[in-house]
Amino acid sequence: MVVQALKDQGVDTVFGYPGGAVLPIYDEIFQQNDIRHVLVRHEQGAVHAAEGYARSTGRPGVVLVTSGPGATNAVTGLTDALMDSIPIVVLTGQVPTFMIGTDGFQEADTVGITRPCTKHNWLVKDTSKLSEIIHQAFHVAKSGRPGPTLIDIPKDVQFATGTYTPPAKARVSHYQPQVKGDTAAITRLVEMIETAERPIFYTGGGVINSGPGASQLLRELVEATGFPITSTLMGLGAYPASGDKWLGMLGMHGLYEANMAMHDCDLMINVGARFDDRITGRLDSFSPGSKKAHIDIDPSSINKVIHVDLPIIGDVGHVLEDLLRIWKARGRKVQKDALAKWWTKIEKWQAVKCLSYTNSDKIIKPQYALERLEELTRGMDRYVATEVGQHQMWAAQFMGFEEPGRWLTSGGLGTMGYGLPATVGAQMAHPDSLVINVAGDASWLMNMQEMGTAVQFRLPIKQFILNNERLGMVRQWQQLLHGERYSHSWSESLPDFVKLAEAFGCKGRMVKDPAELDDAIKEMLAYDGPFILDVLVEKHENCFPMIPSGEPHNKMLLGDASTDDAIGSSGAVLV
Amino acid sequence: MAALNIKKGSTRKSAYELRDPNAEIYERHTLAVLVDNEAGVLARVIGLFSGRGYNIESLTVAEVDHTGHMSRITIVTTGTPAVIEQIKAQLGRIVPVHEVHDLTVEGASVERELALCKVSGTGDKRVEALRLADIFRANVVDSTLESFVFEITGTPEKIDAFTDLMRPLGLVESARTGVAALSRGAQ
Ligand SMILES: Cc1ncc(C[n+]2csc(CCOP(=O)(O)OP(=O)(O)O)c2C)c(N)n1
Repeated sequence: MVVQALKDQGVDTVFGYPGGAVLPIYDEIFQQNDIRHVLVRHEQGAVHAAEGYARSTGRPGVVLVTSGPGATNAVTGLTDALMDSIPIVVLTGQVPTFMIGTDGFQEADTVGITRPCTKHNWLVKDTSKLSEIIHQAFHVAKSGRPGPTLIDIPKDVQFATGTYTPPAKARVSHYQPQVKGDTAAITRLVEMIETAERPIFYTGGGVINSGPGASQLLRELVEATGFPITSTLMGLGAYPASGDKWLGMLGMHGLYEANMAMHDCDLMINVGARFDDRITGRLDSFSPGSKKAHIDIDPSSINKVIHVDLPIIGDVGHVLEDLLRIWKARGRKVQKDALAKWWTKIEKWQAVKCLSYTNSDKIIKPQYALERLEELTRGMDRYVATEVGQHQMWAAQFMGFEEPGRWLTSGGLGTMGYGLPATVGAQMAHPDSLVINVAGDASWLMNMQEMGTAVQFRLPIKQFILNNERLGMVRQWQQLLHGERYSHSWSESLPDFVKLAEAFGCKGRMVKDPAELDDAIKEMLAYDGPFILDVLVEKHENCFPMIPSGEPHNKMLLGDASTDDAIGSSGAVLV
Repeated sequence: MAALNIKKGSTRKSAYELRDPNAEIYERHTLAVLVDNEAGVLARVIGLFSGRGYNIESLTVAEVDHTGHMSRITIVTTGTPAVIEQIKAQLGRIVPVHEVHDLTVEGASVERELALCKVSGTGDKRVEALRLADIFRANVVDSTLESFVFEITGTPEKIDAFTDLMRPLGLVESARTGVAALSRGAQ
């Protein structure tokens, strides 16, 4: 019944790990060929793989794990998916209903543990409700602001037989979030667009979640108005990095021009972003002179941290469609002269070249490594995942994304160990594409067991490890705000990644000479299988620009800036 | 904080407002939340309040529609206007929540709470307790030669006043239901 329901939901791939409490479902899986099951090496890996699958396809990722430890191992992934609004459906086994509450073997209160880290979860006590609940779980995961759902299925419920409810007959409950924006509010926004002198689009993951159509509409709107656009980490690719209105990513490690434009604008149009603290910096001086409009499908995102002048609740795609239509019907007005002046100002900021760094011919700079990776893979059918740390920020700064859904990274939760399993999920969904994980040495180790999955399923994922033998981002913060006391932020006893690759049955190469970097990258790209490229980089490079905690956007630190006392005392408590 | 060498009384503001953002204006709102009466729904609502640091002054819940399996949760909460708005939006996100009403802003409403108060004593105090109960229209639902259990219904303020008066007269214990509230008028 479970497998039937998944098939009817169009599921082709399940990431999972068996155990006593899910054996009946595994038995069903054994007896069919429509759904591929990917045996991961750790349940956290299964959830991140499902996230990678979901993010790169727009379809929910599906996970199947056992009760107790299987379920608790999934918690980090669930929280990650909740923070980044990724649709996934997790099925967990549970001890039989008559044993619930007895501390049975591998019993855990899974719905209790996962209540705060799912959009919704269900404990199914009655087989006749099972298929309907599975359909509901898909509906909730996909609708409105997407997110993770979980269904906990006791073993006796898996064994029992019941009548199957097909998706069309399932009550999907009253849960139907509003997708159309209020026309009066959208018209207000059109008026603001018509009169704005220093406008900016600030876009986020909501554009990507809204589907490819939303990205298309966004591109049309940006081209037609000529307004500059910046995006959060989660929104990269919604507007192409090669587009001439693109200012680059904003936020703590965002580009100088993007943050300065956010600070000085007179109209900020937030499209599917949520004023995260990585974006806003110091709240009382966040873009002080602007009127702010906010398009979001989740009413609780509105006025949560930043008070906005014009909230529009609805799906980005729907709202942008109406916005374009109304703006065109009213004569496509913008303040041309003011806009030209605004761009002149922006060009001055761009001329600062905030990403510049001092290169070396002796040692590979991490920025250089990413520039070369970008250069040698640009234009390819490419998906890029990352782990969490400096390398993640450098990848966001130095790599360009032309399409939505091509960039897989853990934004809200910042989960080290996300990238490798995410490439497993993305490569399953796109077997012929190039799938790369830009990793730090420390993060990569957190879920390195998934190399086994990649080898077993012949997934030619490329692990591009920027190895600084440090917990680089932690080291940077310790340098800037803890008096260079590097408490436990170096990686001693790192494994030999090349031997590790061989041990897993795939290929690896180490490179430390800048002159050999291109050759190493080309070898990685040409290899027909999983590959680990261990790039030994400068150990003490810092990631700039950086808005120190507790500072506003216009107080960014650039690469050559003095970093002494960069972070004030009240900023130091921030994370 | 000491380890980070943070000066006391620092005036610099930061991304996470270090001062209590609720320090300014506190408002008290009564929210009525209509939910599917399914397992765990109360835990979801309470978990939201504890997880996000909102206050609960009182909470009542009971199934009000037995055929539709709908329950009504009445929550009295306090917070700044912005926090109250967040609470309502966050409640609205919970999947089994159908409707969220802010009775404090949606026109006039009536609020009632029921309390049981056990008062023990003899002689003058016993007579005085009975006399005051009469003034408050509290009913006697149990009595022995040394005690009464009074049942009183009213606004929380009225019940506070009643228990304050009963305390010197021998109030032993009291049980309160929390607030139930409805909007006034035909709708
Ligand atoms: C699971 C988890 N634990 C701890 C952290 C805190 N943290 C953030 S970045 C970082 C260092 C990452 O080091 P590495 O993966 O080598 O990347 P680098 O910063 O050196 O590029 C740490 C420990 C985290 N984000 N996630």
